[in-house]
Amino acid sequence: MAGTVLFFVFAGFAIACALSTVYHRNPLYSAVSLIGVFISLSCIYVTLAAPFIAAVQILIYAGAIMVLVIFVIMLLNLDEEKPYRRLNYLYALGGFLGIVLLAQTFFVFVAVNKTPKHTVAQDETVGKTLSIGANMYTEYLLPVEIVGVLLLMAIIGGVILVRRLNQPELELVVHNESEKRHFEQ
Amino acid sequence: MTEILKTAFPFIVWTVGVLIAFQMVLMIVAYTVLAERKVLGWIQGRIGPNRVGPWGLLQPFADLFKFIFKEDLVPDKSTKFIYFLAPLVALTCALLPMVVYPFGPNLTDPLSWLVPYVKDISYLGDATAWIAEQAKNMPLTIARIDVGVLFVLGITSVGVYGIALAGWSSNNKYSLMGGLRSSAQMISYELAMGAAVIGVVMLAGTLDLNGIIFAQIRSPFRWYIIPQFIGFIVFLIAAFAETNRVPFDLPEAETELVAGFHTEYSALKFALFFMAEYVNMFTVSVMCVTLFLGGWYVPGLSHIFEVGSIPYAVVSHLAFIGKICAFLFLYIWIRGTLPRFRFDQLMNFGWKFLLPLALLNVIVTIIIVYFLNVN
Repeated sequence: MAGTVLFFVFAGFAIACALSTVYHRNPLYSAVSLIGVFISLSCIYVTLAAPFIAAVQILIYAGAIMVLVIFVIMLLNLDEEKPYRRLNYLYALGGFLGIVLLAQTFFVFVAVNKTPKHTVAQDETVGKTLSIGANMYTEYLLPVEIVGVLLLMAIIGGVILVRRLNQPELELVVHNESEKRHFEQ
Repeated sequence: MTEILKTAFPFIVWTVGVLIAFQMVLMIVAYTVLAERKVLGWIQGRIGPNRVGPWGLLQPFADLFKFIFKEDLVPDKSTKFIYFLAPLVALTCALLPMVVYPFGPNLTDPLSWLVPYVKDISYLGDATAWIAEQAKNMPLTIARIDVGVLFVLGITSVGVYGIALAGWSSNNKYSLMGGLRSSAQMISYELAMGAAVIGVVMLAGTLDLNGIIFAQIRSPFRWYIIPQFIGFIVFLIAAFAETNRVPFDLPEAETELVAGFHTEYSALKFALFFMAEYVNMFTVSVMCVTLFLGGWYVPGLSHIFEVGSIPYAVVSHLAFIGKICAFLFLYIWIRGTLPRFRFDQLMNFGWKFLLPLALLNVIVTIIIVYFLNVN
């Protein structure tokens, strides 16, 4: 009972924040609303007895990724007054994707209702850190490794994109190049 | 009557627990401010505040009343909603971790001595006996969750928004610079802090704060500061940076940024930021004590008092508060001793020294835990 009430409270808050994320023109308001979505999702995870996922949701999405997003918005100092030119074909595309999403939700709803209900045995360890860790490093080891390699690639790519030569280094490179050409001639 | 009481009992326990814990922490915080002014005074050869009450002991309340009655100025061009939200976020995120702190050991039977005295009061019925039964094996933690360490780290990282949004919404270049510096600093030092915690979590084999204390009691060293000394040093330095304290108080460097992110805040809103800073100091002190100094555990106390009795819990709790006060004194001492870093020094120190050191500590701990099979 209390769980259902809490679910509807947090779900309502999540949807309201999601709408406000899309609705606001000021990017910072959107980012703050998105943090609200993440926090209410994490509250729903807690009511579903998944404390580890809830904590990680707060720690990674709300605590790390959105801080970077807000950091960038603050640095860019975006102008709120700028007139927006909306692209018309995007309305059609957005509407189509929205219908697909609704259909998907409806399908899941019907599919869940059709399957015969059987009560799963309440296991104390499900959702706890120990069972998640044990499963990640035994049954799902390959996906974890693949994701790890993917993230490593992203980090290396980021470092290479950001790395610029500073002025003395640049002069050294130019100097070496010109000397090489001088000797070749 | 008893049915209502039985339904409402857990909620009453949580409410009372939260009220007591928050009240206690806010009192400690208020007197930390006074202690800071006193100790800084002694370090600098002054007397410190001594006018309000005996030895200046009522100074925190005088400050509070001043904050409440001052005029609350809001900048005209500020982003109003976020400007009001920021101090609330800062203080809420500072206070929230309070619910998972282990303030003391479990009490095996705290209320049964009370039952014979209230047995004859007719309108209570068997409620007292029932409550005494419920209170058996009562933990001195408001919520025992499986992922206490992650919860504290997560809520602390959300606390950055209070400062970043305050800096942005004030529409003031000093505030914005303070907010930007603060976000950059907290993102950088959070990593080192998390990496320092991993060593302890691996030794203990749990993320539960109470479980970490029990693991320390079982371990041959009693306190994890001995096997995890590098982790402790990294955690302590990162904690200073996370709480924006000297020598890492770049976000509010007076000489460059007036007052940093809270330049445009006055009256009670400023007081909320001020309180949030000191509550954050308390939080990281609690984490230091719990992860590295055995929490409430006093070696040898179980030989004097019975484990789980009330005197055992009281002495353990006082030891816990004492350890925290030692850390708070360290904060003040360092503020009176060290000058401020420059911003590039701060970033270089965090990324090029502290983080590699913390990662090295993690790797060494992995090897030791694997080969000695600690768990």
